[in-house]
Amino acid sequence: MDGTQRLRDLAVSESGFVFDPYTGHTFSLNQTGRVVLEALRGGASVDQIVADLREGFAVDPGTDLARDVREFLLLAREQGWTTAQAEVP
Amino acid sequence: MSGTSRPLTVAVTGLNATDNPAPGVGVIRSLRAEPAFQGRVVGLAYDALDSGLYARDIGLDEGFLIPYPSQGVEALRERLRAIHAEAPLDVVIPTLDSELPAFIELEGELRRWGIQTFLPTRAQLELRSKAHLAELGARAGLEVPAQRVLTDAAEVFRLGPELPYPLVVKGVFYGATVAQGPDEAAAAFHATVARWGLPVIAQRFHAGEEYDVVAVGDGRGGMVGAVPMRKLLLTDKGKGWAGVAVKDPSLLDAARRFFAATAWRGPCELEILRTAEGRYLLIEVNPRFPAWCFLAAGAGQNLPWAVVRLALGDPPTALPDFRAGTLFVRIALDQIASIDDLQALATAGALRLAREGA
Repeated sequence: MDGTQRLRDLAVSESGFVFDPYTGHTFSLNQTGRVVLEALRGGASVDQIVADLREGFAVDPGTDLARDVREFLLLAREQGWTTAQAEVP
Repeated sequence: MSGTSRPLTVAVTGLNATDNPAPGVGVIRSLRAEPAFQGRVVGLAYDALDSGLYARDIGLDEGFLIPYPSQGVEALRERLRAIHAEAPLDVVIPTLDSELPAFIELEGELRRWGIQTFLPTRAQLELRSKAHLAELGARAGLEVPAQRVLTDAAEVFRLGPELPYPLVVKGVFYGATVAQGPDEAAAAFHATVARWGLPVIAQRFHAGEEYDVVAVGDGRGGMVGAVPMRKLLLTDKGKGWAGVAVKDPSLLDAARRFFAATAWRGPCELEILRTAEGRYLLIEVNPRFPAWCFLAAGAGQNLPWAVVRLALGDPPTALPDFRAGTLFVRIALDQIASIDDLQALATAGALRLAREGA
């Protein structure tokens, strides 16, 4: 199993409800969380995800989006969905 | 010709469906969910008030009382002979740990009468017993918690460093109590002995998430099917009241290893703990279907039906994949019955049901 298989196997609904079929855990994502997760599933880098968020949402100029995305990545690693090695830098 | 191409009568035990339910109702519902099964289902119960006996809508045709396991093999043999004369049985699926030794002993005789079973051997049953978990783990290449088999309460005061507190005190058949220190462990020891007898098992406590796997082995080292589940809701007795089917390859691999190492024949439930570090520890193997086995049928693997087919001599075939994310959510319902039903069971030990929709 490669480092992002778990990420691809997540069941994600339109409403942002996430089911992890490996552990049985469920999560609720807001709209931006869903965009980040889908981008990660698509193999996007942190920079690409930040660009997507800036394009899709009204973001305060002072918001550190890259930090928020990295925090999301840490949570994803904690769940075993991805590994540092597998992530696109 | 397949042994399952004719109307069958399948007997199922374990109909005590309380908040700690026996597996019988789940097994019967699974059989009734199988389109190929058009036969009759006979319930074998220990008490006239075992609630599954009154569950007309689950597809029970008849109910009979059988003697408690403590009454011995001879009493069970004679009762089964009488039931078989009244309602000829093709297959019997025992679902309780405590009755398995007697059914295993009677297996050959039942076969001669025309009643098939698909049970583990006595040696397999012994190997998976809680007292032999370490040996089983070593044989199957599965990590198990450190444990010691106790026969004297005083032993809890001199457990070695491999068994620090808290630890889990377990009965040989059922029951598990987390003890924070030797005094609690001694009290749990005595309570366990009073209920289940000796020996008692002191098992190392590990924090983590418990997963349960219902599975069927073909008796040749192969796995016919398996569905892992994570409990979502527990009763105050720690029993699952809701759960979800999951597809963690490590859990399925553990089940495969168990079957390969033991050549287990029949149904079982593996209890596996996943620690925060991602280790998988086999905690226990129950030698029968769990109460939640209907989830497996709902998720796409009808394991009780597979056992019926195997009992009748159909060749083992791997079951289709199951759907992770399938849930079970249990419900408690008040069933309405007639005093005549209770009278029939209390006096004659038998009840004929007019099934809904039959």
